[in-house]
Amino acid sequence: MEWISTLLQGLLLGGVYSLFAIGLSLVFGVMRLVNIAHGDLIVLASFTSYVVVQALGVGPLMSLVIVLPTFFLFGYLVQLLVLNRTLGDDMLPPMIVTFGLSIVIQNALFDVFTADNRKLNLGPIETASFRLGNDIAIGIYPLAVFAIAIATIVALQALFYNTKLGREFRATSDDAEAARMMGINTKRVFAVATGIGMVVIAIAGVLMGVRTTFDPFSGPVRLLFAFEAVIIGGLGSIWGTLFGGIVLGLAQAIGGQIDPQFQIMTGHIVFLVVLLLRPTGFFPKVQH
Amino acid sequence: MSTIETKGLTAYYGDFQALFGVDIILRDGETTAIIGANGAGKSTVMKAITGLIKTSPEMVFIDGAPCGGREAHTAIASGIAMVPEGRRLFPSLTVEENLLLGAHCARKGPWTLERVYEVFPGLKERRRLSGTALSGGQQQMVAIGRALMSNPTSLLCDEISLGLAPVIIEDLYRNIAKLKEEGLSIVIVEQDLVRAVSVADRVYCLMEGRVSLEGRADEMSLAAIRNAYFGV
Repeated sequence: MEWISTLLQGLLLGGVYSLFAIGLSLVFGVMRLVNIAHGDLIVLASFTSYVVVQALGVGPLMSLVIVLPTFFLFGYLVQLLVLNRTLGDDMLPPMIVTFGLSIVIQNALFDVFTADNRKLNLGPIETASFRLGNDIAIGIYPLAVFAIAIATIVALQALFYNTKLGREFRATSDDAEAARMMGINTKRVFAVATGIGMVVIAIAGVLMGVRTTFDPFSGPVRLLFAFEAVIIGGLGSIWGTLFGGIVLGLAQAIGGQIDPQFQIMTGHIVFLVVLLLRPTGFFPKVQH
Repeated sequence: MSTIETKGLTAYYGDFQALFGVDIILRDGETTAIIGANGAGKSTVMKAITGLIKTSPEMVFIDGAPCGGREAHTAIASGIAMVPEGRRLFPSLTVEENLLLGAHCARKGPWTLERVYEVFPGLKERRRLSGTALSGGQQQMVAIGRALMSNPTSLLCDEISLGLAPVIIEDLYRNIAKLKEEGLSIVIVEQDLVRAVSVADRVYCLMEGRVSLEGRADEMSLAAIRNAYFGV
């Protein structure tokens, strides 16, 4: 029973990791941009929510009403004004710019908030759980986060495959120059894609900020988990990120059950094994 | 309806100069053939007209207005549509989605999904397949249909016969002739000079980034065109 409980915890943890990974996968899938600042943006979202909560006295979930549109706009403008200028055949320039953005975000947050740990408080629901039989308890909050991850994926899938904007995303991802020949303003498409990626980042940042503490330098670890989930799932595949997140979550939970010191290490080992055996992940969508 | 003109068009790929002062007029309602060997600069002229490569504004004119160097997506809005070399269909889109994408910034006009299916009947039953799952000839029909969906006044066709069987090429050129009858300005960029000249009103021959011959197709001898093509 203990193992079943462990696997369930791992599964639900996978939901968090897939939320980390979706934004990264979406931005890479549409414009081949590797966003090194991804983890720091997740932390920035946690801090933004923290500020909104402190200033307005609302709960973290209510803060999303402000955080989500703010992050969409922020992503749209960063892409339009900065990152679009760096996109081209070479993947290195945008990567370096996002690396710079990562450093700026970390140090700006450190300047404003110091290195103290913070947390977003949701009240008793954070620790509430329900029982399956006598031995298995499932946390309501982790389950809700998992459901939100799936809902996010379903919404993005619908956006990609059932809307005009989704058609533009896929066409631009396939062949940006040919998309321009069709009259698509690819710079605007990239900006909207980054804006949507930022919305997912903001959701992940706020939900993770409730689940665990954060400080200005927690971004790189979140980036690492996001990378691992994306690569296990397959580059550019949105459902693949859920799979990758779950594999990572399960690996960490199993490792932690064997010995708490192994928790993070087991995740990395599973990631390396997948990288060795299936370098393009399980469900790759991006061919180059 | 529009007349497209390039004046002293130069273009570069990095340090490599691909065009050296090309003057071309694509007249309203005419079919113009731009011929030349591989690397002569034919596709670069197309890319300059559609804004896919940067040029200075006064190198490309549409109806007398300088348009060089503007963003590619504005070219479609002004009535120019391109059937690119190699078809460039979007593999993650179905045939129908590829066609609908062509209507992204469509002008008002006769071309709708139904009309494209009428002209290229084989496409309707394959509309839910990925564009790249079709045969080469069918893919080319999708590429032409996709360009027509924007209701263009000028259709730029870049190497549409490349890699296709002769019978398919015949069929494609029959369709091009029909489009011409509807009053569309058409530009045929081809290596197959006999084919291109046979449908053209006007011919430009490019060699190493320069116009080596130009004139009305019915006033040119095939021998003169061959000489300009091969530089002999």
